Amino acid sequence: MGNASSMLTQYDIEEVQQHCNHAFSQQEIVSLYERFCQLDRNNGGFISAEEFLSVPEFARLLRMVDGLNFKEFVAFLSAFSPHATLHQKIEFIFKVYDSDGNGKVTFTDMLDVLRDLTGTFISEKQREQVLTDVLDEAGYTKDSLMILSDFVKILGNSGLKMEVEVPVD
Amino acid sequence: MRSPGQLKSSSSELDLDRPNIEDYLPSGSSIQEPLGKLRLRDLLDISPTLTEAAGAIVDDSFTRCFKSNQPEPWNWNIYLFPLWCFGVVFRYFILFPLRVIVLTIGWIIFLSSFIPVHSLLKGHDKLRKKLERCLVELICSFFVASWTGVVKYHGPRPSMRPKQVFVANHTSMIDFIILEQMTAFAVIMQKHPGWVGLLQSTILESVGCIWFNRSEAKDREIVARKLRDHVQGTDNNPLLIFPEGTCVNNHYTVMFKKGAFELGCTVCPVAIKYNKIFVDAFWNSRKQSFTMHLLQLMTSWAVVCDVWYLEPQTLRPGETAIEFAERVRDIISVRAGLKKVPWDGYLKYSRPSPKHRERKQQSFAESVLRRLDEK
Repeated sequence: MGNASSMLTQYDIEEVQQHCNHAFSQQEIVSLYERFCQLDRNNGGFISAEEFLSVPEFARLLRMVDGLNFKEFVAFLSAFSPHATLHQKIEFIFKVYDSDGNGKVTFTDMLDVLRDLTGTFISEKQREQVLTDVLDEAGYTKDSLMILSDFVKILGNSGLKMEVEVPVD
Repeated sequence: MRSPGQLKSSSSELDLDRPNIEDYLPSGSSIQEPLGKLRLRDLLDISPTLTEAAGAIVDDSFTRCFKSNQPEPWNWNIYLFPLWCFGVVFRYFILFPLRVIVLTIGWIIFLSSFIPVHSLLKGHDKLRKKLERCLVELICSFFVASWTGVVKYHGPRPSMRPKQVFVANHTSMIDFIILEQMTAFAVIMQKHPGWVGLLQSTILESVGCIWFNRSEAKDREIVARKLRDHVQGTDNNPLLIFPEGTCVNNHYTVMFKKGAFELGCTVCPVAIKYNKIFVDAFWNSRKQSFTMHLLQLMTSWAVVCDVWYLEPQTLRPGETAIEFAERVRDIISVRAGLKKVPWDGYLKYSRPSPKHRERKQQSFAESVLRRLDEK
């Protein structure tokens, strides 16, 4: 399924479904494919995210979507399926924070995300202060390197809701 | 295929058409405001933002409503193609001239009756209004005939009563003509330029239409007042409002503006569904002028649609105007087989003004600081 032609075979759909652990139904995969083709302006078989949205708060997410082919695209979105487990969602959030992909989230990583969320309405100093205090209270320090299990511990009971509905025409 | 780059530019063109989203945003913003001391998990949990972003990637409900899907070509083989060619010749060179003739005759009859009635019967208002109503219905019937309109009306016909308002989903300006041929409604419309504007100011004025100007800021209050006055009057024609405020492609319904639902009267829903078998009646006002749209209709075989007059609804105790509007939208969408686009669709699509994003940042920042102080 290299080239993004508009014909998906049954085999292609099943392969994609397998790859995302059946997070989406076949109809949803067809819808996602249409959407993927829209995003893939050059018909090269992969998305280039820069042309899409230049809204900074989404930039973090879109950087992760850049260069994905359809199979990877669906796997990426599987965290947002109602069938995804809480652990998968937490893992996704972890990956968003872990910008260099080394499996560890640093103080700077968390500060970066906080900056996106609060903009100019908190000073940099206040931001650092807030983050340090809150980390302290949870038993971490400024120099702690968080790993996935830390995130699972912190976010595990928070009733996380992260779902997106794929429009099926 | 609408490419994402184009998405951006079309948003500014749509600005005039788009309902004012600030009307619908709940005052508390969509992020939950948790209470209590700030914990690490509150900072780390960015799921709302991610959900919004993923939604934007996955769902472009806004463009879907305003896209007219190109019909599948059916004339692709050796015997269908000549048939289609024959059809084209027939439609353009036989049907179209015939229709133009019919329409012209209609206009002649209409104008030769309307102008005398309008000027000579100045004193006898009741009679004049009655005649003008009949004449407007007549010219609309001629219009519908000129497209070979096959319109099926279902449900009880509207009655002339005060304190009622009719709402319908909107696909094209011809919605108005199709409904008007059965009952002489008064409409609320955007004043258009050109020959449509001329028609509006002369003929439609007689049925009691209300004009608005989207670009005027104060306009909304003036219009709201005019609406209220009209609805209270016993002698006025029933008012027809298209609460979507813009033409949608007849597969979806977009958010209803609440203006029609806060007038303190019964709302009678009307559902209109076009059958695309011969022609797609969706008027994409950005792509075609109304004249071109009419010409397209007049050179197709027929315009087929169903109109359902549905049960009148009133505001339930404890219901807000927006909830009322949504309930009526539900009724219309179900009847006409249209999908409802959730209001979130706007948020997901729209590159909201930097102000909106800043507001979100600000409220999050403030809540962070506030909760930090709670020890």
